[in-house]
Parts: sequence; C-alpha cells; structure tokens
Amino acid sequence: MSFSRFEGTDRYLVSAELRDAVNVAVALERPLLIRGEPGTGKTVLAEAIAESLVLDLLCWNIRSTSKAQEGLYLYDTVQRLNDARFGDRDIRDVRPYIKYGPLGRALLAEQRVVLLIDEVDKADIEFPNDLLHELDRTSFTVHETGETHVARQRPVVVITSNNEKELPDAFLRRCVFHYIAFPERDLMAEIVRVHHPDVEGELLRQVLRRFYWLRDLDAVRKRPSTSELIDWIAALRRGGVTAARIEQELPFLGVLLKRESDVGVARRAHRQQAVN
Amino acid sequence: MFTDFFYFLRARGLTVSLTEWLTLVEALVQGHARSDLAAFYSLARSLLVKREADFDLYDRAFAAFFDGVDEHFELDAELLAWLADPVLPPPSAADLDGLAAPDLEELRRLFEERLREQKERHDGGEKWIGTGGASPFGRGGAHPAGVRVGGAGGGRSAVQIAGARRFRNLRADRVLDTRQIGLALRRLRRLERRGAPEVLDLEATIDTAARNAGEIDLVFAPERRNHVKLLLLIDVGGSMDPHARLCERLFSAADKARHFKRFEYRFFHNCVYERLYTDIAQWRGAPTTELLREIDSTWSAILVGDAWMSPYELTSPGGAIDYAHRNEESGLAWLSRLRQRCPQSVWLNPEPARIWHATTIDLVRRVFPMFPLTLDGLGEAVDVLRGSRPNRPLRTAFPA
Ligand SMILES: Nc1ncnc2c1ncn2[C@@H]1O[C@H](COP(=O)(O)OP(=O)(O)OP(=O)(O)O)[C@@H](O)[C@H]1O
Ligand SMILES: [Mg+2]
Repeated sequence: MSFSRFEGTDRYLVSAELRDAVNVAVALERPLLIRGEPGTGKTVLAEAIAESLVLDLLCWNIRSTSKAQEGLYLYDTVQRLNDARFGDRDIRDVRPYIKYGPLGRALLAEQRVVLLIDEVDKADIEFPNDLLHELDRTSFTVHETGETHVARQRPVVVITSNNEKELPDAFLRRCVFHYIAFPERDLMAEIVRVHHPDVEGELLRQVLRRFYWLRDLDAVRKRPSTSELIDWIAALRRGGVTAARIEQELPFLGVLLKRESDVGVARRAHRQQAVN
Repeated sequence: MFTDFFYFLRARGLTVSLTEWLTLVEALVQGHARSDLAAFYSLARSLLVKREADFDLYDRAFAAFFDGVDEHFELDAELLAWLADPVLPPPSAADLDGLAAPDLEELRRLFEERLREQKERHDGGEKWIGTGGASPFGRGGAHPAGVRVGGAGGGRSAVQIAGARRFRNLRADRVLDTRQIGLALRRLRRLERRGAPEVLDLEATIDTAARNAGEIDLVFAPERRNHVKLLLLIDVGGSMDPHARLCERLFSAADKARHFKRFEYRFFHNCVYERLYTDIAQWRGAPTTELLREIDSTWSAILVGDAWMSPYELTSPGGAIDYAHRNEESGLAWLSRLRQRCPQSVWLNPEPARIWHATTIDLVRRVFPMFPLTLDGLGEAVDVLRGSRPNRPLRTAFPA
C-alpha cells in the first residue's frame, strides 16, 4: 500500500489495535472516533498522528455553544459593527470580517492536515448531525461574500468524545471507532517512563500499586487518570519522597484526587488498611 | 462464509448496516487485515461496532463464529470468492443515508492486483504474512517499534482474544452510575428562544443599523434556554429496598443536572395516591392534587418503581398498604390522572423485563410506557420524553 503508516511516536505509545484503527481511518478517509475514560490519551493522539505522518495539526475544541457551521467560517459581526461606528476602515468589504474556522482551514490547506475535533459531546445535541453534513463537504460557500471554496483534500479527522449516547447512528455509521481502554499496569509503566524517563524502579512500582488501589476504591467519585498520575510522580520526586513513604502515608494526595471528599475517602481507607 | 459472518452478527443483536459492511470490504481489499484473523478481528470491530457497550456482544459472536475454524479460515480466498459473485444483503432503512456504495467490480480488480503483487513479493523472498492460501491465521505478527501490545495480540489467536471478553464490564446492561444517568438526562433538553429579550442579536442590530444609515440601534433577543421541566417520582416502598442505591443515584444525578428549567421530585410508597412526599425520613408531604395543579402538559415525568404490589393496592379504593391511610380512590386512578395531566411521562422499572407480565406491572404498563432502569432503558425513556421516539397515549380509560 502506498499510504504512509502511523506507528505511534516515542512520546506516545499505541496498542496495535489503535494503530490499525488510525491507519484504516486515514486510508479510507473516514473520521476516526475515539472514546475512553479521561486521561487515556484521546486528545494527544491527534498530535501523535500529525507528528508520525508529518502533517500539520488543526484543533477545534468544542464547547457547549459551538455550531458546526462555525467550523467552516465565522462572520465577525462585532468587529464590523465596531468599525462601522468607531473605526476608519472601509467596512463595505465584508471579506476582512470572514474568519475561517478549523474545518474551513483544513479543507483549504495546501497539504493534507490532521483535524482534531475535541470533546464533541460538549456541544448541543444537534451538533453531530450538522457536523456530519459539514464534514462531507467538498466545497463551501461563504454566503456573506458569495465566494465558493473548493476543498483541496480531505483532512485526517480525529473526533474525541466522553459520552456514548450523544452521537446519532448516521454519524456513527460513517466513523471508524476505537475505544481506548484504561491502560493496564505494564502499559502505564511505559507511559510514565515517557514522561519521567529516569524514575526509579521501586518508586514507580509503589506509585502504580497505590494508584490502582485508589482507582479501585468504590467510594472514590472522580477516579485519578493518567495526567494526575504523571503529576503525582513529578510532585513526589520534587519532594524527595521515597518508595517506603508512599506505602506508609499518602503524600501529595491532593495532586492525585481533585475532590475534597475523595481525599477523605482515600485517607480513611488507608487508615483502615493499616489497622488490618 | 464471508457474508455469513455479517448475518451472524446481526442475528446476535449487533445492528451492522450494509454501508458499514461494504466499508469493511473496502478495507479488506486495501489489505488492512493483513490476512491475519487477529487483525481482522479488530478491523471488523472498528468498522462495524461503534459503541464500546456492544464490544462484549461482538467478542462473544466472534468467538462463537470462528471457534474451530480460525486455523482454516482463509480470508483472502473467502473475499475473492465473494467479490467474484457478490450477493448483497438487502439494505435496511439505515443504509439509505446518502453514502455512495463502492464499485464492487473495481474492488475485485484492485484485490486481484494486490494478491498478485503480494505473491510476487513473497516469491522475491520478502516475508509477507499470509500469502494466498497458506496463511498462518491467528498469529499476532511482529510489532514494530513504538507500538505496544496492550491487552490484545501478544501471540494469541483471534478467537482467544475475543474469548477473553476484555470488554464485559462495558456492557450497557450493568448497573448505572451517577455520571451515566447524568449524561442520559442531559439529553433531555429542548432549546428554545423564549422569554425576555436579554442577549444582543448582532445580525438584527447590523441589519437595522444598515437601514438607518449607520445609526446603531441595539436589538435584543431572548436567550436559547432549555425548556424541559422534569418531575421525578420515586417509589420507596419495601420491595424497592434492593434498588435503593440505584434510585439514589438517579435522584442525585437529576438533582445535580442544572440544565432543567424546573425540577421537582416526590416520593411515594408502592403507588401514587392522594399524598406525595418530599421527605421520607419524616414523611412530610403534600396532597397530590397540589402537584397536579402545578404541572401541566409541558412537563415531563419519570416515575421509578417496581410496580410490584398486591393487585388491590392498585385497583381498589382503600387498598393502600398503610393501614392508617385510607385512600378514597384507587392507585390506578391516581396514576391515570397523572398521565393525563402530563402525557410526556415514562416509568422506569429496576426489575428485569422478563417479569413484567406480573399483574400489577402489566396494569401500570397500560398507563405508562415502561423501560428497564438500565443505561439502555434510560436512554430509550429519554428518547420518548424528548419526542424522538413515539409515545403511546394512555391505553385504557380509567376513571379520571
Ligand atoms: N499512550 C500514551 N502515551 C503517552 N502518554 C500518554 C498516553 N496516554 C495518555 N498519556 C498522557 O496522559 C495525559 C492525558 O492525555 P489526554 O489529555 O490526551 O487525555 P484525554 O483522553 O484527552 O482526557 P480527557 O478525556 O480528560 O480530555 C497526557 O499528559 C498524555 O501525555
Ligand atoms: Mg482530552
């Protein structure tokens, strides 16, 4: 086959299944939909794809007010209104007020780019259906100027989502889907080493033991994820904490658990464990 | 054999569309399965199964289908034979979504060409996994640097990988957690511009400014808001005790969902009668008629209960389970009144659907559309409430 292949990078580790899903999405020019718990590397995957395939990356972070059409372009009415009133610019020309969105820029780019549509579930319920329509485009018209742009190529589209039920079937049918399972201990150890290459083996072992113990506590409401683990190790090392101390006390717990109540839960469970 | 797999998945409850199947064919022709059943396993999953809750179903189907044949299943030969005489399953309504079907004749040509190249390369001495006919199916293959084997592969056969059922915990029929409930409830919204004009309508402002020779006159419009008003009624009767935690989660998720225009909740004991409770520790409450006055057809109601009681508790005046309390009207009459007042209502039952033929459950089902209190059930119930799934009107006319 003549397409270049995604193989992960030395900063981003992929499973064979994820690697294959990326490659089939790239080859078939279908959006790649990525789901998984927080911190499983959904967002950084797009960076890794861009790096590995040597393509530019465009990010579109979805918010609750995002509209699919804005991905193509925005008409900056506020600026124009302001200029009309106070500016000395010629406001008769609409073009300077057209701001291309990430999707618009991706379609118009000279070379194929990676387009990350991050956290699609944040948007309004109608968003995915509209997005589907916009993603299928091979051209678009800026109504304010009457100009029609023909897309130069299809971007590599990576869509991330935290919520299963939000996406309509028609949308799902078109995607290549991958679910990133939360990393098991071995893979996690490797991910940690990407971020802390010289972490001491015994410390890492204790840290992971504690980390998975915390994640398994039923009463913990917001389970710590990869990012918190990486931050925790950074804090522990800065504080010169030894492997033995991690076992006895739970230092810098606030870095790992973001909710006050979860910290309490963990402390109680830890005391109980010490008693038994 | 090749299309048998498609039918098999469907028969096992996976809603694979023809569009998705043809996408898989395209991917196979491009060589993405590398003539390797383990690669085929994950390729087919990524193109045919779009919800991780269905992964376990897929795993079980895959393991059952390929059990015993995994060492002999020659993917390339199967695909080639099918492309030579492609019999397509009839498309379902879901397939008519505008995606162009690939040209199968063209795919066959490409595939034959690829097999030829593959063979030549093999004869040239280069190692290629699975050359026409002699494929070492089910072998993980070598993993290049940068790729880690997490969970799958690792030299195991495809059937072993599927049989490991790595995703059984992701099944949607397992118990709900608060977050999942919250997410399901979040879909319950109806965004409308209504009420006082509060946000600047720029388009209109500019329009008027243009028409008034540049004189700016700010135009305001009402903000887009969620107009859903939700009433949650929860059974706290004794038979609901095993489900208390689940109900608690549902309650706290609904209570925390700040996006409803209004949210009201009440508790009841086995059935709704003339009084509903806001505080079950003290049994503080108010007459049901008061609540009925407060709500109207713009409200959505979710009732949660096992609907499991003695028939007279439901059908006879004075049938309420508490001695102290003599209800003048039957529980069924109160339920029907509620449904009439608030047609957009559903009943969630924590008991499994297979016992729903029980007398009282069946009676309640005539008044309210009933769904199991699972992730799927809640999702379907929300679909009814938001109008994307037909809602059955009240079936039997009970005394109002
Ligand atoms: N496979 C991996 N290889 C290397 N680093 C990883 C991997 N997975 C996660 N990480 C690290 O974990 C952190 C969290 O990743 P990321 O922000 O992409 O998660 P996410 O899935 O997008 O989470 P959220 O759902 O919260 O947005 C990052 O610092 C990232 O570098
Ligand atoms: Mg992210």
